[in-house]
Amino acid sequence: MLSPGEASAVWLTIELAAVTTLCLLVLGTPIAWWLAHSRSLLRRPIAALVALPLILPPTVLGFYLLLLLGPNGAIGRAMLRIGMSTLPFTFPGLVVASTLYSLPFVVQPLHTAFEGVGARPLEVAATLGAGPWDRFFTVALPLARPGFVTGAMLGFAHTVGEFGVVLMIGGNIPGKTRVLSVALYDHVEALEYSDAHRLAAGLLLFSFLVLLGLYSFRVKASPV
Amino acid sequence: MSKPPPSSDIALSLRLNYAEFRAELELSFPGHGVTAIYGDSGAGKTTCLRLLAGLARGRGALRVLGEVWQDDAQGIFLPSDRRSVGYVFQEPSLFEHLDVRKNLSYGEKRRRIETASLSLNAVSELLNLDRLLDRSTRHLSGGERQRVAIARALLSGPRLLLMDEPLSALDARHKAEFMPYLARLRDELSLPIVYVSHALDEVTRLADELVLLEAGRVLASGPLHELLGRLDLPLSHADDASAVIEAIVAEHDERDQLTRVEFDGGSLWLSRVQHPLGTRLRTRILARDVSLAQNLPGPSSILNILPSRVLEISEHSADRVNVRLAVGNGNVQLLARVTRRSQRALELRADASIFAQVKSVALIA
Amino acid sequence: MRAISWLLAGFAFLSFSASARAAETQVAVAANFAGPMQVLAEKFAKKTGHHAVIVSGATGKLSAQIQNGAPFEVFLSADMTTPQKLEEQGLAVRGSRFTYARGRLVLYGPRPDLGQNGEATLKAGEFAHLAIANPKLAPYGAAALSVLVKLGLKAALEPKLVIGENISQTMQFVESGNAELGFVALSQVQVPGKPQSGSFWLVPSSLYDPIRQDAALLLHGEHNQAARALLDYLKTDEAKAVIVSYGYELEQKPKTNAPSAKH
Repeated sequence: MLSPGEASAVWLTIELAAVTTLCLLVLGTPIAWWLAHSRSLLRRPIAALVALPLILPPTVLGFYLLLLLGPNGAIGRAMLRIGMSTLPFTFPGLVVASTLYSLPFVVQPLHTAFEGVGARPLEVAATLGAGPWDRFFTVALPLARPGFVTGAMLGFAHTVGEFGVVLMIGGNIPGKTRVLSVALYDHVEALEYSDAHRLAAGLLLFSFLVLLGLYSFRVKASPV
Repeated sequence: MSKPPPSSDIALSLRLNYAEFRAELELSFPGHGVTAIYGDSGAGKTTCLRLLAGLARGRGALRVLGEVWQDDAQGIFLPSDRRSVGYVFQEPSLFEHLDVRKNLSYGEKRRRIETASLSLNAVSELLNLDRLLDRSTRHLSGGERQRVAIARALLSGPRLLLMDEPLSALDARHKAEFMPYLARLRDELSLPIVYVSHALDEVTRLADELVLLEAGRVLASGPLHELLGRLDLPLSHADDASAVIEAIVAEHDERDQLTRVEFDGGSLWLSRVQHPLGTRLRTRILARDVSLAQNLPGPSSILNILPSRVLEISEHSADRVNVRLAVGNGNVQLLARVTRRSQRALELRADASIFAQVKSVALIA
Repeated sequence: MRAISWLLAGFAFLSFSASARAAETQVAVAANFAGPMQVLAEKFAKKTGHHAVIVSGATGKLSAQIQNGAPFEVFLSADMTTPQKLEEQGLAVRGSRFTYARGRLVLYGPRPDLGQNGEATLKAGEFAHLAIANPKLAPYGAAALSVLVKLGLKAALEPKLVIGENISQTMQFVESGNAELGFVALSQVQVPGKPQSGSFWLVPSSLYDPIRQDAALLLHGEHNQAARALLDYLKTDEAKAVIVSYGYELEQKPKTNAPSAKH
């Protein structure tokens, strides 16, 4: 049903979505935690900054990332200086771009979940002798689980469907950066509609199943 | 308080400045028994507890049972998780993602000192939790939740137990059921307890020491019966102003179904109680239940008539005054509330001998 | 008071009559030709008073829109096949198709020596990324691929290819420094008024099929005199001068009644 080129696009998409979702959770959790608990004046500006990808057109974001991460941009130059190669046209580059692009979709549910946990359970844990990390892992995290699941769902879905950023920074290289959304777009542009329909159907089905599976984890941690 | 408190005590000197609230707390109390913090809402009672627990931070110093928990001069501040403190919050606050047993062991797992007496079984027995151990926290009643919360705090091995109006979230019936558990805590554990309440009857029932707070400041502190008797404090102006007398069961009268309890300086008769002879009891006598007579009246329906001496008189309202009396040999005090007219009629003044007629004695613990 | 209302009436009359005389036409232009089209439209307006409303985009996308009813009247494509398909589908007026320009492929990069050493540079292969437009979607991309095949370099250079959706994106890859070299259109590197940076190798026409860019009158514009006038204008010497100045070539053999092209 799938040509080898399409199969590699599918696999690449799954990989990208999985790795990006992981990065998003790892990066987004401390940000969301800080936003939920800090009283610093920087809170509002940082929250707005995090939400920026929501309103930026993806191609704009992709374009500026292309400049920034390329050999003439600030980050690209720094990477070259320390002996690394630049990120555009690479899978890690896609991960970086996708992570930035989907950040608000993960930070916001986590932020809300942490706020929902509130201060009380953490105070209780502190009086019972739990240090800061202990409190986070044994109390905050389990109580905020629905937020994590929602964030993971949104991050995953958003990355699978993402197109503009990947296009700008990926270079559409088969097997490396040609993800499903771009392959689909190319079929459409080339007027190969039946191929497009086939891929689209597969993409939809896959995403639906993944989301369904994640949703079953959403039930708040109940005692065993 | 000019001499430094002994190391077995708790001394707090902290200033706090929030936008809506300022507190300047200087207080010290014994490191054993129940110390109640009493005052109106907004007086700073919860703040006091939070400062002791390390959940709030003021400027100053805090010394607890020989440990320095805060000293700004030395740059010391022990965070909550390093203080040996147990905290029972006003709303039960159990961990919803854990069942009862796991809630209890949460504190136990993080114990800093080994206290043999406080095992899960001992605490479960103390607070009657055996039935509840494997339940989820979801369907417990308010009273059950609080008992679990107390047990959880105890199992973390604290050297100081803080309780923030633990009964306020319960209805009247459950409050009554719950009191005995608190009394047991006081009697059977050697843990100092700081108990916050705005209900005088809870305080009189449980406290040994009393700290009176008003608008973020300590108004007075000292032994319970002493503060209750002070006419300069708002306590004596409460509608249910009272005196508390510790007594021992001395005699049971089977025929009349009465019990005589003995205190330092006299006796009181009450309705027959179940407690065996020698049991220590706490009784409470409301000021409005005490009337005065110059001479020993003839046969009267009032059982308890105590020879007393007037110590102090102060105004209460337009028509009434409060009178502080020393009973018997003078070690126990009573409060009486009488009209000015009576005051004139009885020629009440300091040092006058008078008979106190106690209409009703409440057994509170 | 009355003088003002006469004045207003006079203006209204004039503008009305002016618009009755000068018409508007909706033009779909392939992205690579957008720049010269702007200039041509200005000159066209000066000459005829007609106003060309320009929408530019990828040829494929524009054609899909036309097939789905977009109200374009004139279509300037980046290739030959798309206008042909439209004519076959009855969406373009028969006989109106002609080649308005021929694209030239160049190899472009920020280094200074491509003019002489373009082919050698490719063969040496000392670069990480070579940008081309998507061969499936852009004729310049197909041309670039054909160059690589004809030079025998496809197998060697295929792993280094990065593919832009259109030649604009291809250019972006090169200009941002992410691809050291790229196959783009001559019209992209030779823009009048824009300072030249880097260098380019004008790829010999023998290495790829000519990139003929055809224009056609679409069905929507069949009866719009401004639309027809625009197509006629593109065949004039004045227009051709502009087209050449932007790096395009003109059709060698005249396919319509237009006067023979000058280089």
